[in-house]
Amino acid sequence: MYTQAMDIPDDSGKKIAAVSSAPSDQEAAFEARIDADGRIEPQDWMPDAYRKTLVRQISQHAHSEIVGMLPEGNWISRAPSLKRKAILIAKVQDEGGHGLYLYSAAETLGTSRDQMLDALHSGKAKYSSIFNYPTLNWADVGVIGWLVDGAAIMNQVPLCRCSYGPYARAMVRVCKEESFHQRQGYEALLVMMKGTDEQRAMVQDAVNRYWWKCLAMFGPPDADSPHSAQGMRWGIKRISNDDLRQKFIDATVPQAKVLGVTLPDPELKWNEARGHYDYGQIDWAEFWNTVEGNGPCNKERLATRVKAHNDGQWVRDAAQAYARKQKERALKEAA
Amino acid sequence: MNTPALKDWPLWEVFVRSKQGLEHKHCGSLHAADAAQALHMARDVYTRRQEGVSIWVVPSVAITASNPDDKGELFDPAADKIYRHPTFYEIPEEVGHM
Repeated sequence: MYTQAMDIPDDSGKKIAAVSSAPSDQEAAFEARIDADGRIEPQDWMPDAYRKTLVRQISQHAHSEIVGMLPEGNWISRAPSLKRKAILIAKVQDEGGHGLYLYSAAETLGTSRDQMLDALHSGKAKYSSIFNYPTLNWADVGVIGWLVDGAAIMNQVPLCRCSYGPYARAMVRVCKEESFHQRQGYEALLVMMKGTDEQRAMVQDAVNRYWWKCLAMFGPPDADSPHSAQGMRWGIKRISNDDLRQKFIDATVPQAKVLGVTLPDPELKWNEARGHYDYGQIDWAEFWNTVEGNGPCNKERLATRVKAHNDGQWVRDAAQAYARKQKERALKEAA
Repeated sequence: MNTPALKDWPLWEVFVRSKQGLEHKHCGSLHAADAAQALHMARDVYTRRQEGVSIWVVPSVAITASNPDDKGELFDPAADKIYRHPTFYEIPEEVGHM
């Protein structure tokens, strides 16, 4: 899964300084490497703003993976069959793994796991708004796989070519696993569509509720996305929000047709001249309202996440106490 | 509200051998209390799809890395020693593969 948040400042969000105090020859070497489409590695010199942008983006991305476990995790105990349950457990475990790859990548930039977790748990850091909507029935789980993970893949594939090496490598791993997420969701929906009228209605209802939220996942329109240009310049971002959104729509319309559902946009139609589908207006006021913390599930998601973390404290303490004891015993035996 | 998280869980680098006969390759890092836990976590985080048959974990602090600022003096001297490559030498065609 992915975050739209590459453009979303955290609450602390200070404006990124355009000028860096670093000596100009280092900066020139950095710029030259970026221009040559080279990669930046953790020990290389980089402008502060590049580092800050990456820390923000990668940590928000990691938080999205971790919070993304919650809406689907709700359905593990209620999956309709053992097969679907095993699939869902594997998917949720993948999301946890993706979060860990990404936290590790962010740590190479000099931030710590504690700092990132504190930022998430205190509500300071953002994560993808899509997870602040409820999963009301089983069809939602399928739609999350098909559309939410589908949108995520659109976003993440270009990130495999990100200029920052550890982030790009983490994304290669993530993308390999993400394809299963989308396909299992789509297939679960296909099965429902072959069922009763009631089941088909559930799928359509879930698509109606999630479609516009998925389009918003790509972030604000390019014109309202001030960080985008700099991100493109630095090779952190490769394709603009609007272009990715268009790609997603063009890819999804035929899939919806095969599935037999209607995408809830009366303005959605093929534009021969553009060679793309035209689409209607996204409700950005609603999007920003959710980003600001007022979505239907913001409070519940964060509370669940904090509770899970706090409930696991004894495990972390025990592991640490055990490691300490083992070390002391080894020292004593050596003495 | 929050309890401290991983303050003392050190960082480990994870190396995975994808199949017998190949080398262990660096694939990422993770936090763990000790080596045994690091191995367990590496299994769950990096080999959920049969990506490996063997795992190494190494404390990140145990790795000594070359300094990127020294890249020039470390690696450039090899650039003008093209006679270290087999293609530097011209061998008559009738000799065949050598």
